[in-house]
Amino acid sequence: MLMRRVPNMTMTTAPTIDAILHEHRRLRVRRHALLVALAIACLAAIALDVATGPSAMSPWKIVTGLINPGSLSPSEAAIVWQIRLPYALTAVLVGACLALSGAEMQTVLDNPLASPFTLGVSSAASFGASLAIVLGLGVPFLPSDAIVALNAFVFAFGSVLLLQAMARARRGGVQSIVLFGIAMVFAFNALTALVQFVASQEALQQLVFWTMGSLSRASWRSVAVLAAVLALAAPFSWVAARALTALRLGEDRAASAGVDVARLRFFSMLRASLLSATAVAFVGVVGFVGLVGPHIARLLVGEDHRLFLPASVLSGALLMSLASAASKTMVPGALLPVGVVTAVIGVPAFLFLIFKSGARG
Amino acid sequence: MSLLVNGLTARYGDQVILSDLSLASLPRGEVTSLVGPNGAGKSTLLRAIAGLASASGQVRLDDLSLDRMSIAERARHVAYMPQTLPANVALTVLETVIAALEASPSAVGGDAAVRAMAALERVGATPLALKRLDRLSGGQRQIAALAQAIVREPRVLLLDEPTSALDLRHQLEVLSLAKAYARETDAVVVLVLHDLQAAARVSDHVVVLANGRVRVEGPPSEAITPTTLADVWQVRARVEACAQGQIQVMVDAVL
Ligand SMILES: Nc1ncnc2c1ncn2[C@@H]1O[C@H](COP(=O)(O)OP(=O)(O)OP(=O)(O)O)[C@@H](O)[C@H]1O
Ligand SMILES: [Mg+2]
Repeated sequence: MLMRRVPNMTMTTAPTIDAILHEHRRLRVRRHALLVALAIACLAAIALDVATGPSAMSPWKIVTGLINPGSLSPSEAAIVWQIRLPYALTAVLVGACLALSGAEMQTVLDNPLASPFTLGVSSAASFGASLAIVLGLGVPFLPSDAIVALNAFVFAFGSVLLLQAMARARRGGVQSIVLFGIAMVFAFNALTALVQFVASQEALQQLVFWTMGSLSRASWRSVAVLAAVLALAAPFSWVAARALTALRLGEDRAASAGVDVARLRFFSMLRASLLSATAVAFVGVVGFVGLVGPHIARLLVGEDHRLFLPASVLSGALLMSLASAASKTMVPGALLPVGVVTAVIGVPAFLFLIFKSGARG
Repeated sequence: MSLLVNGLTARYGDQVILSDLSLASLPRGEVTSLVGPNGAGKSTLLRAIAGLASASGQVRLDDLSLDRMSIAERARHVAYMPQTLPANVALTVLETVIAALEASPSAVGGDAAVRAMAALERVGATPLALKRLDRLSGGQRQIAALAQAIVREPRVLLLDEPTSALDLRHQLEVLSLAKAYARETDAVVVLVLHDLQAAARVSDHVVVLANGRVRVEGPPSEAITPTTLADVWQVRARVEACAQGQIQVMVDAVL
């Protein structure tokens, strides 16, 4: 009311408030539609993933088989229910967990390069797994692959707690966390190499497969655990979404708007570490999904976290699902480790994003 | 009915920036300018009042002890606009103002988008509403930040160098907006300014801060004097009243 005339701020005549509000709402509707489209794409990718594999079964047969189990022969049913489906579901859940984790990390650390992979969480997990494999750690009544996964989880989770502790000790703010993370990547990779050096031939084979990231240990158990962890963390992420959006305006601005930034950051990192540690515990090191998923989401729906977080989850799930399908078809007759595929697809995708955002300025 | 700052000590790590600082009570409906050299502790003081710097001491609004409140509670009364501008945010200006409004649950009431638009209209930034924040010019971002600060309708509005990136006309407009905000909403407004003439023109009360201490405070004509300018900024200057009672600061030499 004080400033009717606003010279130099715009070239065109000012639209009315109502027109702006209308346009704002249309933008939101469009973004929600994009979310729905992403979800549909995810379902399609899952179907594609289930339908691809070495034993020839038409997608149609699989779909009917899922709806009507009686239509499949016992061996076909076993392939679909015991292999294809748990693999495909593990893939989407891992993608969802990694991308949600990466999205929260990028916001609370205010760094677009933050992700479970770049902060060393994956490296820590892979070191934990290597240790368990090489030392042949065993606990009564637990299968050995569960021990490996558990140890990977312990190391991954520990690495994030270590990151937080170091950042607090140094009071260096969020940028130092990213630097510590990079240091951690190198440290754990070196330790893993050391473990590999002393490993037996048999253990080494297991190890290599693990550090490349693979879905070959997927099972209904991994589906259940991943789904449970995602179901546990996601509601808290959702509740924090508004505060996370405000944090994008800077720490002081968010705090001045009522956000307890230290608390938000702590719990957000806790969720991120739980999600990423669980994911890497089952599939090993899968790079780029946690990094690129949120970037795709940001390009699609912006950074209102009530849209951005779900979009990250879906983008990650979609990427991982496509990678899983590709891992079965890229080299005919061979199943590539999915981590190799995400890297092969992820690096160019990532470079593309960098150049695209660089051109935008 | 005023803001009271009493015995405030603020530190970064173990470096004490403000020690036992007290101000005359800042009445509601009035504008106070905080001036002083770089590094004097102006931002630190505003952040301490807003509860963002680790500080001890009394900060009271009327009979509310702001210093004992949680961050979320305090945010209902106080808004602080930082002197730095956010970069690389993939949000529209309108979305950022909504984000500031909705950041903590307490402030929600009515349609957030409508309230946010009202704040944008008030600062004259309606045409910017649907632009991405990271594609605005520096000055446009500063105007957007002002809308983020006033959208919660704080009783205490703390603006850290709100005009540093603005052109001449927008400087004048933001200063008169600050004054109108204080008068109309009966709020305490504190501005950090480097332009002493602007500070004198807009404010009812001027606080001169140097090395974390209050050197002088009082009405503009008493606080901004050749002696203060020599003491605090080491310049030889004349301060003259011209037409309409406004003061002119003319610097003759650097001491
Ligand atoms: N984050 C920080 N960590 C450590 N010391 C700080 C920090 N921020 C400010 N300081 C120190 O506190 C003192 C006061 O800083 P402050 O930002 O309050 O100054 P200012 O009066 O706002 O200066 P300017 O006019 O340059 O904005 C300075 O000596 C500065 O070095
Ligand atoms: Mg300052």
